[in-house]
Order: sequence, then structure tokens, then C-alpha cells
Amino acid sequence: MARRAASVSAMDVAGELPQVAERGPSWDGRLTVLILFLPPALLLFTLFVVLPIGEAAWYSAFNWNGFGRPTNWIGFDNYRFVLETRAFWLALRNNGLIIAVSLAIQLPLALTLALMLAERFRGAVALRMLFFMPYILAEIATGLIFSFVYDGDYGLVASIWRSFGAEPPHLLASTDTAMLAVLIVVVWKYFGFHMMLFIAALQGLDKSLIEAARIDGATRSQALRHVVIPLLYPTIRLSVFFAIVGSLQLFDLVMPLTRGGPADSSNTLVSFLYNNGISRMRVGYGSAIGVILFTICVTFAFTYKRWFMRDE
Amino acid sequence: MSSTETSRTPFDPAVLFKAVFLAVVAVFVLVPLLATLLGGFKSLGELRVNPFGLPRRWEWQNYADILFSSRYWQLLRNSLIISTLTVTLTLIVASMAAFTFAHVRFYGSSMLLSYLTLGLLFPAATAVLPLFIKVRDLGLLDTYFGVALPQVAFSLAMSVLLLRRFFKDIPYELLEAALVDGCSYIKFFRYVTLPLSRPILATVGTITFVNSWNAYLLPLVMLNTDALYPWPLGIMVYQGEYSSEWHLILAFITLTILPTIILFLLAQKHIVAGLTAGAVKG
Repeated sequence: MARRAASVSAMDVAGELPQVAERGPSWDGRLTVLILFLPPALLLFTLFVVLPIGEAAWYSAFNWNGFGRPTNWIGFDNYRFVLETRAFWLALRNNGLIIAVSLAIQLPLALTLALMLAERFRGAVALRMLFFMPYILAEIATGLIFSFVYDGDYGLVASIWRSFGAEPPHLLASTDTAMLAVLIVVVWKYFGFHMMLFIAALQGLDKSLIEAARIDGATRSQALRHVVIPLLYPTIRLSVFFAIVGSLQLFDLVMPLTRGGPADSSNTLVSFLYNNGISRMRVGYGSAIGVILFTICVTFAFTYKRWFMRDE
Repeated sequence: MSSTETSRTPFDPAVLFKAVFLAVVAVFVLVPLLATLLGGFKSLGELRVNPFGLPRRWEWQNYADILFSSRYWQLLRNSLIISTLTVTLTLIVASMAAFTFAHVRFYGSSMLLSYLTLGLLFPAATAVLPLFIKVRDLGLLDTYFGVALPQVAFSLAMSVLLLRRFFKDIPYELLEAALVDGCSYIKFFRYVTLPLSRPILATVGTITFVNSWNAYLLPLVMLNTDALYPWPLGIMVYQGEYSSEWHLILAFITLTILPTIILFLLAQKHIVAGLTAGAVKG
């Protein structure tokens, strides 16, 4: 079980069991530490993370508004209701789109920038910090900044449109363009994070391998393709993992931009959960969405771990 | 690609391509940020005709009105209280657990650690409805603790992992020698482990702080009173009230992200270290 323990770093750490042998001089001392030091973490974690997830599964079997005790047992009906809602499938499709854009645009962009900025030259560090800045900003602030950028009356996009003499569009108010607008913000916000991961990895590479390849006559791009990129595979796999798990849970960014609208066209799974479960306190229905999200995340993590990160 | 240093070469297309590429990305990142900052200095009328350029007349009043409003400071104060609570509790609870996992051998140690680190996987949104009910039943709804405690719980997995890895590098011989000399585990933790671990404590603390400072979903669910709102909630309310007065909203956004940017410039080393330590191994 320890070895199967999901997450990336968790696996890694659980693998190297404590080599501290049973040579501690005082067992009593250890017992005191065990009694005092472990329970707070385990208690908080169990109470506020593990139990609520179990309870979500339990509540999802009820038609319940969150007041009193849940009594109206309806079995799997909430799941059926969720799966019959068109908005759910739209949200799922949107999460898929976010993942696709992250993998097809964001990560290649991040990798290209990392390869450029991992070297030392004047301004490299400043550019790294600049590109990382959007990641530090709160999602809410980012969303609001871009709702200004996209604003049909005052926004930047509108003024570019007007300079061509055209009537500016309201990108966020149209079901055709709202999701596209959100996707651009996703790239703006998160590419710097992946760039930093790649830079950290590049700086940790063994330079002599690259030099050896160059001495053996490899051109720069050959060395890149056959030496550097393969050496980065572990980081790339990790970056893909983060991008997918992050995309599945995207919420804060969507709220200030569109709140999932218009007509549910830009919902993500979590904004769908929020709009249905929390705003209207449909606890059973919302919990069913939560459990579906949980299942997708955990299934993905285990599968990915198994297929792509076996050797790590 | 050390070609940038050989600036004697008259023309290198690769360097030109690289410069253009970097410039385009820099513009992509900078324009929305600069437009926000400068937009706060414009009047609404000017914003409409001149959203990109420097203000023709600098409307300092937009910023002054916000800076002199109690509302702005109340939001920052609430955020500061919640984030400080979260960071303090996380550091205490996580470092104690990490110390135990690093230095005390006991039956079930690896199982408990795996249990805790499963938390890295769980989407917070799944837990949020039951969490609301639990926090309500505990009587913590609409309190700072009602937000902070779940945040601590969700930050534990990563924090314990990072701290434990660092603690393990403190030689066991040191602990052994101290124990032989009559020092207790707890004293060793307090007087040796913690002082030696300042860099990792700073890293974990900064990451936890940034996450808590920027958090939206948990406060949104747990808080009903405007007076308790942290800034991400407050700014959404503000935007709702001033819906199309973008000059004021932009000034408000600028002033609320300013603390984040200052913190980032001060602590960037810890922030980057924390992200990459969580991700890249070795």
C-alpha cells in the first residue's frame, strides 16, 4: 500500500523508509513524542480532508438541502441527474479543452522559454521573474484584470477592434467566444510555473553529457533533441501531471470572468459544482458532482503514475 | 547556446529570433498588468478612448480614495489574519509530524505517512460541501478559524513531505548524542531541529501564505459577513458594486495585488524553491 500511495512526491518519499534503526536510547521519550506530535496533524487531516470526502459520497445518496439530518435516501439518482444534465457534459468538455490547451500550447511554450532563459545573459533573470509573475497573482485578480481586457466597451481588445473601425465584440458574453477567452487567460496565468519547473530541471542537468554530445559532433539542435529533452522527460511527465490535475480543478479563474456562463458555456466541473451544489445548497446533487470529480482525479493520478512514471 | 556572449558576430538569426520571441511573450504578459496599473490613473472617459497609453491627466484621486477607505484596509487585515493563522498552525502541526516521521521509528510509520500524503491528490472541491456542514456543526461558520483550519488541513500533506525530507538530513548521530546526554526528543526538536531548519520553514511558510492569501473557494463557502471577507472575496463584491466603473475597479485591483507583488519580490527565492522542491526530485 505504501508503494501505491498515489501522488508523485508521496511515492518518492514513502519508498525510502526511515533508515533510523531501533537504537533510540529511550523508548519513553519516543512514546511522548508519538503521543504529542502526531495527533494534531492526523486529526486535522482526518477531520477536514478525509472525512468530508467520505461524507460527500454518503450525502450524494440523499436529496438534501443541508439542514437537519439527511433522510431522503435516493440511492444513485443524483448521479443520474448529473449525468443527464447537458451542462455537466459541457463542463467536462471544457475541462478537456483546458487540458488540451495546457498540453498543446502551454507546455511547449514553457519548455521553449526555459531553454532560452536557463542560460545566463543580461536580463534572463528579470524575464524569468516577469514570466513567473502571473502565477503569483491570485486567480481572482487575474480573472478581473482580463475581464477588463475583454470588456466590450472599455477593454483593450475592444479598442484594438475599434481602431480597425469595427464594432467591438463582447467576448465574455457570447457562448461562442467565452471559453476561448478563458483558455487564453489559462495560458497567460500558468505558463510561467511550468517554465520555472523546466528551468530548475535544466540547471540540475549534468552539463558534461551535453558537452560530450557536442564534442562527438552533434549540432546544437541534435544535442537538444537527443540529449537535453530526454534528460528532461521526468520533469515533462511531472509537468503534464500538474497541468492535468490543475486543469481538472480550475475554478477561481472562471468566476470573475464568466461565472461559468453564458448559458453554462464556460463552466468547469468545479464551477458547475459551485453553481448547482453550493449556491443553491443542493447538497446531495453537489456532492455527486464532487464524487465524480474525485473519481476522475484519483483514477487519472493512479493510471498516470502506473503508465508513465513507473521508473521513478 | 552561449551565442549571446559572442556579440562580435555581426548577425545571428537565432539570436534575433530569440530576442523577438522573448519580446512578444514579455508584451503578452506585461500589457494586461500595465494597463491595469495605468487604467487606475485615468478617468472613465479617458479609459474608453485611451486604454493603452499613459494617462493624459493623472487621476491620483482614484487611488487616494481607496487608500483612505477603511474598506480596503479591512480586507487586507482579514486576509492577513487568516493567512497568519493558517501559516502558524501549519508550521507548528506539520513540523511536529514531520519530525516524528523523520526521527522516531515506530510501527505503522510508513503507513501513516502514506495516509497523510494521499492528501496531495484530493480535490478540495469534493470536500467543500461536507466541509461547510462540518464547520457549521462545529460552530465555526463565519469565523477566521472556520477558514484557517481546513486550509491548514489541506496544506499538511505537502508541508509534512517537504519538512520531513529536510529533517532527515539532520544527522541521526546528533540526536543520538543529545539523547545520551539526557536531552529529550522534544528539546532536541525545539533547540536543534527547528533552528537548523529555518530555510525550509521559510519556504513552507511562504508557499502556505501565498496559497492562503489568494484563496477564494473556502472563504466564499465559510464566510457570510462582509466584515470578515478576505480580499479576493471583497474585490468581487467591489467589482459587483462598481460594475462598469473600470477606472475605480482597476485602481482597486492594483492596490490589492500590490502586497502580493511586494511579498513575491521579497520572498521569490523561497517561493520558487518551494514549488520546485515539491516537484523536482533530488
